[in-house]
Amino acid sequence: MSAWETVIGLEIHAQLATRSKIFSGAATAYGAAPNTQACLVDLGYPGVLPVLNAEAVRMAVRFGLAIGARIARHSVFARKNYFYPDLPKGYQISQYELPIVAGGAIDIVLEDGSAKRIGVTRAHLEEDAGKSLHEGLGSLTGIDLNRAGTPLIEIVSEPEMRSAKEAVAYMKKVHTLVRYLEICDGNMQEGSFRCDANVSVRPAGAEKFGTRAEIKNINSFRYVEKAIQYEVARQIELIESGGKVVQETRLYDPDKGETRSMRSKEEANDYRYFPDPDLLPLELDEAYIESVRAALPELPDAKAERFVAQYGLSAYDAGVLTASRDLADYYEAVARAVPEQPKLAANWVMGELAAALNKDGLEIGSGKLPAERLAGLLARIADQTISGKIAKEVFEAMWASGQSADAIIEAKGLKQITDTGAIERAIEEVMAKNPAQLSDYRAGKDKLFGFFVGQVMKATQGKANPAQLNELLKKKLPG
Amino acid sequence: MALTRAQVENIAHLARLELEAAEIPQFQQNLSRIVDFIGELERADTAGVAPMAHPLPGLAQRLRPDEVTERDEHELYQRNAPQVASGLYLVPKVIE
Repeated sequence: MSAWETVIGLEIHAQLATRSKIFSGAATAYGAAPNTQACLVDLGYPGVLPVLNAEAVRMAVRFGLAIGARIARHSVFARKNYFYPDLPKGYQISQYELPIVAGGAIDIVLEDGSAKRIGVTRAHLEEDAGKSLHEGLGSLTGIDLNRAGTPLIEIVSEPEMRSAKEAVAYMKKVHTLVRYLEICDGNMQEGSFRCDANVSVRPAGAEKFGTRAEIKNINSFRYVEKAIQYEVARQIELIESGGKVVQETRLYDPDKGETRSMRSKEEANDYRYFPDPDLLPLELDEAYIESVRAALPELPDAKAERFVAQYGLSAYDAGVLTASRDLADYYEAVARAVPEQPKLAANWVMGELAAALNKDGLEIGSGKLPAERLAGLLARIADQTISGKIAKEVFEAMWASGQSADAIIEAKGLKQITDTGAIERAIEEVMAKNPAQLSDYRAGKDKLFGFFVGQVMKATQGKANPAQLNELLKKKLPG
Repeated sequence: MALTRAQVENIAHLARLELEAAEIPQFQQNLSRIVDFIGELERADTAGVAPMAHPLPGLAQRLRPDEVTERDEHELYQRNAPQVASGLYLVPKVIE
């Protein structure tokens, strides 16, 4: 495999989270009954005119500024001509020669912890097409045009990714970014965020790119990785057995785990782009662009850097905690409420809380365990009311009941024993009950220390303060 | 410049127009005349003229506020559709 180098470029389609469509006043809500959100403009009736949605423009500019791109002062909408039943006008309104966003970059972190910068060629505004339904309609296809005219930005990367893993890291980073910017809900099941992957291979060290295949419409991170891995293996095998890769569009079939050719070469599309005469050029001035810049939120990389500096977290932990704005906000609320213990807060948010959310299939924003509640628990660890081990028990009870940590500690009598006298008494009882182990320990069987820790913990229902217990056992056991 | 028969066939295919074999020479002639006219335009001196995407100089695209202004009128809009079921437009099977 090492004789070949993989070259990947991604085209990500992100649906913009506007209320109405890019060129009409029809709603964009997902899941409505078929064609109830498709108006005359979306249907391509004669005599209608598209009028551009200001919010879609603002969102595209937001994205461009967030990736350090150039925002075009002058951009143009073009018609991309092709025939398909889910495209009633016979053309898609897109941008071609003069897109609204050009240049910019996305920084990704690779598995070994190193960073890589992936260039973004351009991002342009366009309209989504409708949906074709093939199930249960016999020899017919059903067309639902609710999605037709939903605003998209298509984010086109440079061919700078060199493995499926890099492509996934890039896609995840863009996904994080569009949600931070609140320009896309990122819902991949609903198709709000999907990508096409351009994949080719070339002999390691070669300058010229190999012929690429384009894998269309992949809507999960896992499928992106699998589709690219399959495609790379297919191309290498093809070339090594004397064949040639043809430039074509392929589809990934997740059930079979393979890509297959979608259109033959003869059908190769000639889109005949030309400026849409129904739309004037889009002109943006400096004041507008600066006003959008001023409204940008703190972005994931900046937030992660701040978490490292402000809370003393590792770069890895900061990366995990800033993966979404909700998660980062939750962590900060906990960390602020338990100011001496930012690392403890990080461990609990990434550990117990993440596991519990995952188990119940909930999102951090679900409100199941408000940040103040978790902070209430961590405060009891910090002030030594309970041990970390008991805290896990309290956490489970909190998760199940919605009660506060204090209420549960009180009701279950879980308060940690920090009274030296009480712990000493428990130790003495355990020593009296286990004379054989005591004499073995005194004869040099050091491993039995753990046995005594366990016995005292058992006798105190796990409530003895672990540090104090260790201390006192060290004093008392040698006799 | 005369268009070839193959070029006319390709243009017809892109436009999803079915031409009779006998019609093709006529379209070759007609389309060639249009292409020739474009050639005439190309002889115009455009040095110093910035390319324009629209013939209305000084005008820029108006924007509309992001508001839902359209109601569900699908029954009305679907009256001229040849075939409809459960709100869907029905078309001959499309397989990718």
